[in-house]
Amino acid sequence: MNGTNNDVLVRVEDLVMHFPIYRGVIRRQVGAVRAVDGVSFEIRQGETLGLVGESGCGKSTTGRAMLQLYKPTSGRVYFQGQDLVELRSEPMRLMRRHLQMIFQDPYASLNPRMTVRDIVGEPLMAFGQASGKEIDARAAELLELVKLNPDFSGRYPHEFSGGQRQRIGIARALALNPSFIVCDEPISALDVSIQAQIVNLLEDLQKEFQLTYLFIAHDLSMVRHISDRVAVMYLGVIVELASRNDLYHNPLHPYTQALLSAIPVPDPAWGETHQRTVLQGDVPSPVNPPSGCRFRTRCPIADSHCAEERPVFREIEPDHYVACLKV
Amino acid sequence: MTTVEQAATSNNLKRETQLSLAWRQFKRHKLAVFGLCVLPIFILVAVFGNWIMPYDPNAVAADGVIGMPQPPSRKHLLGVDLYGRDMVSRLISGAQISLSVGFVSVGIALIIGLILGSLAGFYGGIFDTLITRLADIFLSLPRLFLIMIVNSYLPPNIYNVMVVIGLFSWMNIARLVRGEILKIKTLDYIHASTALGASSGSIILTHMLPNAFAPVIVATTIGIPYAILLESALSFLGLGVMPPQASWGNILYEARQWISVAWWYWVPPGVLISLTVLCFNFIGDGLRDAFDPTLRGK
Repeated sequence: MNGTNNDVLVRVEDLVMHFPIYRGVIRRQVGAVRAVDGVSFEIRQGETLGLVGESGCGKSTTGRAMLQLYKPTSGRVYFQGQDLVELRSEPMRLMRRHLQMIFQDPYASLNPRMTVRDIVGEPLMAFGQASGKEIDARAAELLELVKLNPDFSGRYPHEFSGGQRQRIGIARALALNPSFIVCDEPISALDVSIQAQIVNLLEDLQKEFQLTYLFIAHDLSMVRHISDRVAVMYLGVIVELASRNDLYHNPLHPYTQALLSAIPVPDPAWGETHQRTVLQGDVPSPVNPPSGCRFRTRCPIADSHCAEERPVFREIEPDHYVACLKV
Repeated sequence: MTTVEQAATSNNLKRETQLSLAWRQFKRHKLAVFGLCVLPIFILVAVFGNWIMPYDPNAVAADGVIGMPQPPSRKHLLGVDLYGRDMVSRLISGAQISLSVGFVSVGIALIIGLILGSLAGFYGGIFDTLITRLADIFLSLPRLFLIMIVNSYLPPNIYNVMVVIGLFSWMNIARLVRGEILKIKTLDYIHASTALGASSGSIILTHMLPNAFAPVIVATTIGIPYAILLESALSFLGLGVMPPQASWGNILYEARQWISVAWWYWVPPGVLISLTVLCFNFIGDGLRDAFDPTLRGK
């Protein structure tokens, strides 16, 4: 594989992100948190790829390592054919105008000592694209774009509600007209009533500016709403990746089946005809993951073979990838 | 956005800046306000001391009396010392020394501490290990003893005292800055700035230092009295400011033999040292409260 395919905007190849653990006086490395352990996927121009999984499964780390906020342990991340991992810091910085990010926590991701105008204008300053009055004008324009009152540009983040702050974060991400945005759980810190507004805003902006999203979330129904394709992560690896309808109607991996069966259904009669798969136990520690298949310790259909061989992530049906020995 | 949200934020509440919030909190600390009133008087007296002094502080035998301190009189409001020098003038001259030692040596400590602390915090790794261990070593050694050794190799003058005190006082500030930077480094808005393409320099200047500054100001304020005390102790031991130059510490040193007979000789410098140190500490406490958002509105 190389990173040059017209249709593909971002290609991730075997991305690994280990965080070393040090102990003792001389800070000897005694192990590593295997947050992301060999992840490959591609994101096509203009689509939304949903990335779901339990908390701690490495989905946010994947997003951050793709944008080189963490230096990946190994692997390749191609953006428009250019490998981001091998870029030195200044070329990478210049590349960032095309790659932006929306953060999970709208309280922590805005500097409390800066006004909204300065926050939204920071990307413009960083690339010397505007100064003084131009930033004022552009900031007002961006605030209007995310449906905030441009008169608020002199205010500080603490004067806004969570949903409004998330809009400020979105305005900041849009300032440089990027082509790819990593949305790192942009709605999970918000009230349910606000979540739909933000998701709709993201969809509108995608249509208007032909944006490509990596949408990280743990809310399966929200992901179903916004995504074109969905990847399911478990303990640092992707276990299944398929188009939205395929994944939700025909899940092949036992973990995906369990996740989908856990979605509450507002229909009392549903329980009589359907069986919920309830997973036992907790997610194992990413410091010392199980041998073979990561999911075998909680899998309802695992046998001794699953402990020996690591399943290959392969295409089982057209455009439907699964990593399971039993499928 | 809902109309309710619009209304809530467009409702023009009295907008307060961080600074005015801090000032309001500071004013609640009565002793800090006391410090803020008294300290400028000392500073003004020190700055304009040369015009206020009634006599030359180093002029021996102003009244022809040597060898016996003289009690306060109309001519000499706080008496004269062992060598017949006017005490008021010597105390003012001592104020100049003590305050400049406080400010200059803490200024030196602040510069060293800011640089080493931000290096350790921002770059981490080997920088962090080296700088933290160095600070630990400096902190584990008795400071006064070290300064005495270093000073005994240097020509004894006031500038050396300032520099040496500064060189041995940076550890707390460096540790504090390191801690603050480490804390801020993990915050999402730093990641956000990196992700949107800001350079390291602008991240340190626009995001890290402004957010790390409040505790550093507090530490600096509390560092000044320690430096003043150190200078007094050194001068008292005869290793600081050299006679005939006066400092509050060496006035005390000279007065030690006359404690029972000449109160006017040792009480004023002692009171001035205590009062200055207390004022700085009160202001430091007040600033710490003022910058602590968890105390606001209580």
